[in-house]
Amino acid sequence: MRRFEYARPETEAEALEMLNDHGGNTAVLAGGTDLISLMKRELVTPDRVVDLKNVPTLTEIREEDGGVRIGSLVTLQDMQRHPLLTEYQSLGHVIDGIRSIQIQHMGTLGGDVCHLPNCWYFRSGYGLLAIDKGVSLVETGDNRYHAVFGNQGAAKFVSASRFAPGLIAWGASVQVIGPDPNQSESIPLEYFYITPKMAQQGVAVLKPGQLISHIWLPAAGQRQSAAYEVLQMEGLDWPLAAAAACVEIEGGVVRSVKIVMGHVAPTPWVATAAGKILLGKPLTVDAAAQAADIAVSQATPLSNNGYKVQLARTAVKRALLKAIGHSEGGI
Amino acid sequence: MAELSVAWGPREENKLLGTDVPRIEGVEKATGHAKYSADINTKGTAYCKLLTCKQGHARIAKLDVDDAKKIKGVLAIHVLQDVGDELTYDGQIIAAVAAERPDYADDGIRAIKLQLEPLAHFVDEDDLETAKALDAEHTEVVEEETVVKEESAKLGHMVRVKPLADDTNGDVAAAVEKAKAVHKGYYGVHTISHMCLEPHGSHCEWTGDDSLLVHLSTQNVSGTAGQFAEPLGLDAASVEVVCNYIGGGFGSKFAAGEWGLACAELAKEIKRPVRLMLDRPTELKSAGIRPSGFVEVTIAADEEGRITAWDSHHWGSSGLNGGTVSPGVMPYVFTFENLNRRATGLVTNTGPQQAWRAPNHPQACALSQTAIADLADKLKMDSYDVFMKNLEQTKRPEVYAEEMKIAAKLIDWKAKWHPSGEGNGPVKQGLGMALHTWGGAAHAATCLLRVHPDGTVESIAGSQDIGTGTRTAIAIVVAETLGLPLSWVKVTIGSSKYLRSGPSGGSTTIGGVSGPNRRAAIQALGKIFDLVAAKYKTDAAMLTVRSGKILSDGKEICTWKDACGLIGAMPLEVMGEGPKDDGLTDAQVGGVQMADVSVDTETGIVRINKFVAVQDCGLIVDLMTAKSQVYGALIMGIAYALSEERIMDNKTGRYINADLETYKLPRIGDIGELVVEMYQPDSEYQRGVIGLGEPPVIAPGAAISNAVANALGVRVPVLPLTPQRVLEALKGGAA
Repeated sequence: MRRFEYARPETEAEALEMLNDHGGNTAVLAGGTDLISLMKRELVTPDRVVDLKNVPTLTEIREEDGGVRIGSLVTLQDMQRHPLLTEYQSLGHVIDGIRSIQIQHMGTLGGDVCHLPNCWYFRSGYGLLAIDKGVSLVETGDNRYHAVFGNQGAAKFVSASRFAPGLIAWGASVQVIGPDPNQSESIPLEYFYITPKMAQQGVAVLKPGQLISHIWLPAAGQRQSAAYEVLQMEGLDWPLAAAAACVEIEGGVVRSVKIVMGHVAPTPWVATAAGKILLGKPLTVDAAAQAADIAVSQATPLSNNGYKVQLARTAVKRALLKAIGHSEGGI
Repeated sequence: MAELSVAWGPREENKLLGTDVPRIEGVEKATGHAKYSADINTKGTAYCKLLTCKQGHARIAKLDVDDAKKIKGVLAIHVLQDVGDELTYDGQIIAAVAAERPDYADDGIRAIKLQLEPLAHFVDEDDLETAKALDAEHTEVVEEETVVKEESAKLGHMVRVKPLADDTNGDVAAAVEKAKAVHKGYYGVHTISHMCLEPHGSHCEWTGDDSLLVHLSTQNVSGTAGQFAEPLGLDAASVEVVCNYIGGGFGSKFAAGEWGLACAELAKEIKRPVRLMLDRPTELKSAGIRPSGFVEVTIAADEEGRITAWDSHHWGSSGLNGGTVSPGVMPYVFTFENLNRRATGLVTNTGPQQAWRAPNHPQACALSQTAIADLADKLKMDSYDVFMKNLEQTKRPEVYAEEMKIAAKLIDWKAKWHPSGEGNGPVKQGLGMALHTWGGAAHAATCLLRVHPDGTVESIAGSQDIGTGTRTAIAIVVAETLGLPLSWVKVTIGSSKYLRSGPSGGSTTIGGVSGPNRRAAIQALGKIFDLVAAKYKTDAAMLTVRSGKILSDGKEICTWKDACGLIGAMPLEVMGEGPKDDGLTDAQVGGVQMADVSVDTETGIVRINKFVAVQDCGLIVDLMTAKSQVYGALIMGIAYALSEERIMDNKTGRYINADLETYKLPRIGDIGELVVEMYQPDSEYQRGVIGLGEPPVIAPGAAISNAVANALGVRVPVLPLTPQRVLEALKGGAA
């Protein structure tokens, strides 16, 4: 790890000021569960690390505009216990799936939303797109954990955020502040992520010197939700594929639904067509299976990850059934 | 002197032997007082970081450390390679930098000027056809020897295929012709890496110009001083190797290692202590692997399920030396009358092999007992019955039969078993079994037993406790023999300056330490009885010892302390040696394991419901640590059966999952219910002590794979049984 300066702001304005020194070669420290690994591998080499945990406005969970505002520094453990979040079941499912008590205590929602990909080529120093001498290492090498959607361009990694599918299904937005202290913008999370054509574009619209102050969830209303992650291991592990669903049932039929897959594409992947076919119908096992088939029908697996299409299909089906309280099957 | 038999006493009279005794150093370990080599931090200790190869195969075009040496805080750089040298695998160590602080060492690593010229690599160890194609293109036969063509050699090509063995016995073709059922199958087990919690490494401190103290994370305390001495130009007597505690070895820590020597060299150069422990990626890449094996099998049986023929060709890799699973253990445990077996090694650009718990056996078991279960399916028989039917083709049929019956009862085999693939719903349940064998004879070792005039007893030896409970076992043997409470026996091990002991490998330690300590304690007891007999005017031959008291014909003569007071001012010292042919130790153990699994056919995820191990190991010294050995082995077995594997990237030639996120090891939630039953009828007690470390890790791969095949009605041929492989097998594709 390279030496770095450590800064500890106490307000959002101070944080932005500190982030914009050193020509922007700074890093935001939230829970640090991944940043430290990235710095040890020298994949991220900031001159200054700005530790946000003493900025009180970033750690609040409170009602706002009819919904719930979750500070980006709120830990998973705090979310799990919070009464304002009990109706957003899919978020609880993700927290349960993280399983590591240490990461539940240290990890933050903002940190998860901004988590960089786990692609082993990226983590081995071949860059975000893993292009070596003009050749995609992912395409020609071992891609068993890589994208099965949105992988026709240079980016073939999968988005690492565990919460993004659930949050997008709920229609969450992120509040991005900076680089100037008076700049603040609300962005629907669905449009926060990008599939980069060049490595320097990163994985999200967040520019250097900006940070997420909070995530806003609309009122739950009559909607029910679930997340289903396919986890090989019972301990700390990354999903092989995941899906989250948010469903509103009225008069025994689906009135609204949003399905978002995770860990299958460079961004969270919204399954719009799969949701549409459910509208106006009872959400039966067969209907869920049909929606799942449609959700994966456009998949473009790479040389060694065709199995992930089946995992994504299962995740969609089980997330839908779990959302409405049906037994989703599986172990 | 009183003539006392060394033989183990009547089983029913034992107070400690064979009971549940917690480790005597448990509190030290649990409270952090136990100091491992990685913890040694004497004043002035310098930090070390390593520069390693980050390519699959390369030649060093430039290596210049001059600027790096000038970096602030860098104390010295030890270079292990020269310009022009070939680096043959990802992770190979190039240089070690010692510095005042870890970040200065990192600065030093970054300042080393290194240029590598890429060379051809081959890492796909299951791909025999590609290896053959590479040889066809790049090699030629010169004077009956296969050599690399000159131009190809310049590009880094090597001879990739090495024929290793080709044995025949009986007439396989005729037996197959006559057979009721013939099964042809493909099976495999991928390479795994050593994954010691405490990585390989040492703390080296020169205690004079020509004397070296090494705290080495080692399984071989008595055998490594010379490995340091010779390359460093020292007398072996001037090196002391110390290892009081070790965080795992499993067969990979018998040598000083190039990192150990680098540490000593750096310490000498800077005249300060240096600690060099491998970082996690280098530990996974360079500290040793268990070779892979892939096999094509034809197996045949008669109508009663008796196996009549075996024909196999297996291949795989142990790295650059082109080994694979030893052909000698194929087929595993069973010896069939008609047998063909062939083995081929592949030369790959991967890290070196080190013995891994029960070398060759886990792979051989997974490559052969899977075929037996598939043959049972073909015969439409319960695999339990086919295994039982063929026990006569093993060396210990009666013991295996008893163990199978016990295991079947514990897992409720007869009630739960169903023909393979039967069951409704997306989650299928299945049962599988396998059996194993191991030697476990005592290694050569010596100990010194010292009885103090105050009645306390010390046992001293250059042995090591690799986490198996060796200290506790020694204390039990001595305390039981002398009729003392455990706390009166102090065990001192862990220095090469103590009496020579064997390395802890191959399950040889428990016999290695039990025999000499029993013999020494019996001899000491005889001398003390003589003193008591003289003092109290009684017959030494009538004396016994129980609960700290010397008895004659059941009546107390004096206390142990009184008796020891007769020794005089100086302690009584007795040497114990072993092994000897006096019945204290023996060899050859076996075990049976049965797994009950659930498989989610929509995700390919396998979960262990229950895993039963029935294991014999002769006389059990400490039931608790014996069972712990088996529990640990089952967990280690579940790892390589379900999730643990080294993943080499064909494109870059690199080991791409050398971290603890993607090198997947089980946690508590992954292991299911483990049931351990030690098979210990009197006949086992009478055999004496036999090692137990290796055997229980052998059968899990085959047992779990067989359970998954029983659940699905489809064989997932290659371990580990990841969701990908399970789903691909269900789809009928290659797994």
